[in-house]
Amino acid sequence: MSTAIFSAIESGFIYAIMALGVYLSFRILDFPDLTVDGSFVTGAAVAAVLIVNGTNPFLASAVALLVGFVAGSVTGILHTKGKINPLLSGILMMIALYSINLRIMGRSNVPLLQQDTVMTAMTEAWQKAGLDEAINGIFSFSGFVPRTWAIFVTMALVAIVIKLLLDQLLKTEIGLALRATGDNKQMVSSFSANTDWLTIFGLGLSNALVAFSGALVAQYGGFSDVGMGIGMIVIGLASVIIGEALFGARTIARATLAVIGGAIVYRIILALALRVKFLETGDVKLITAVIVMIALIVPNMIAAQKEKRRKKRKAQERGEHVASA
Amino acid sequence: MLLALKQVTKVFNEGTIDEKVALRSINLTLAPGDFVTIIGSNGAGKSTMMNIISGRLFPDTGSVWINGKDVTSLREHERARYIGRVFQDPLAGTAPNMTIEENLALAYNRTKRRTLKFGVTKKRRDFFREALATLHLGLENRLTAKVGLLSGGERQALSLLMATFTKPDLLLLDEHTAALDPARAELVTELTKEIVEKYKLTTLMVTHNMEQALRLGNRLIMMDQGQIIFEASGNEKQSLTVERLLQEFQRIRGSQFASDRAVLG
Repeated sequence: MSTAIFSAIESGFIYAIMALGVYLSFRILDFPDLTVDGSFVTGAAVAAVLIVNGTNPFLASAVALLVGFVAGSVTGILHTKGKINPLLSGILMMIALYSINLRIMGRSNVPLLQQDTVMTAMTEAWQKAGLDEAINGIFSFSGFVPRTWAIFVTMALVAIVIKLLLDQLLKTEIGLALRATGDNKQMVSSFSANTDWLTIFGLGLSNALVAFSGALVAQYGGFSDVGMGIGMIVIGLASVIIGEALFGARTIARATLAVIGGAIVYRIILALALRVKFLETGDVKLITAVIVMIALIVPNMIAAQKEKRRKKRKAQERGEHVASA
Repeated sequence: MLLALKQVTKVFNEGTIDEKVALRSINLTLAPGDFVTIIGSNGAGKSTMMNIISGRLFPDTGSVWINGKDVTSLREHERARYIGRVFQDPLAGTAPNMTIEENLALAYNRTKRRTLKFGVTKKRRDFFREALATLHLGLENRLTAKVGLLSGGERQALSLLMATFTKPDLLLLDEHTAALDPARAELVTELTKEIVEKYKLTTLMVTHNMEQALRLGNRLIMMDQGQIIFEASGNEKQSLTVERLLQEFQRIRGSQFASDRAVLG
């Protein structure tokens, strides 16, 4: 049980990078970008193929990030220059990427089991330094000893560093213009900002994070598969919505932290759900969709309830007032 | 000439039964420091003219010149280097989910290239605070409040400040007090007068309110059916009254002024 939760958190940090990308397009740019389903696999495919051909896994992951940027930019160009509706631009790119991903991999699945990956490299370095013993010592009271802490800690660090960089970027002059593009497009152009360029850049950045996350997931899971991106946008949305509902989104820094939290909570919910006897691994997408539905509907219902109660209270106060007067 | 429109024509839905000639071969020039008010009934072409000057719309024929430069083919964000603009809708000129200081920082970059430096710095924050104080609304103490929390009047005053504190060559005001209640409209009108005088801004202001059109500015233009049908400046404008304007309109067009709003507003 604790092993399942541990690996849920571990993978939660990796998927959080994808979720931060979705946050950037969905919340900051107000652009529901379905490219994600394709670009996630593109990242995985590029990294996997490079690693199999002997490229350094860190370099391979960086290349995946760049390729993701290009994919996102193309979606941006389709929308801004081609005047295609946002959803359709993303869907077109998603479908196009499916074929491109197959071309990159040359087949539908590339295993990475015997390869040097970011994960194996970190684990080795970690064991050489003897850090696992140190951490297990601290947590000895819990009686829980994982295979290694290396992936858990480094992926947590990577996710947090990306979050901090994103926070800083969104405070720069370009970052402010990026946020305003999603907030009030009309107004940004009247202050000399090129919203076309900003949308292209923003979607590029978003999909760069998604592809990077895909590259890491492939190395974590030990394979890249052409179907691994199906429903990825929904998982991203689930993370964003769950995170915001649980941890709040009053400031950007708070919201990006919430997105990481949301990604982890989503993984934990999924891990728990899959322990239910009746459910099978094939049900994952259905579970995800239901989680998102609940996450979208419940906060609205709670808000409506609160509003109702508030109005009732007000009416009562007025009633008493009249009575006493 | 600071601004020149030469033979500008714009037709919407050309060749359909909904065809509408919004502007008919308009000629207009503004000298530096001119403050021109524009009145006219609904559909007279006032807003179309503003959109063509700002680059949101492009003319079918004719050209737009700013500072002696042909800007007809420049897009809105390229022309914004010269132009500050306030819209009728108080929600249109600001970004609601960003703070007051972030909105100001965004506006501050109108004439500069955006970089990866922080938008709000300590030095700029002081400058923003000083600028906000001139609005007398106490916004200088709410720099980190989200703009969405402000009232319509406060947002419009902020929009006005954002459009003007970088001293644009040309200021476009598109019925910017029309959506406000009378007290707020009066406040924004006063602020407009103050700011335009302080920075000596060349200004083009569309209004539905004849009294406002007479009170502000050194020139007045009346538009109807896509044409400029009456113009007054200097002493002639000073001596104009609402009654005289209505008589002029009747004399030229031979009909009652089409919009009640133009009289009552």
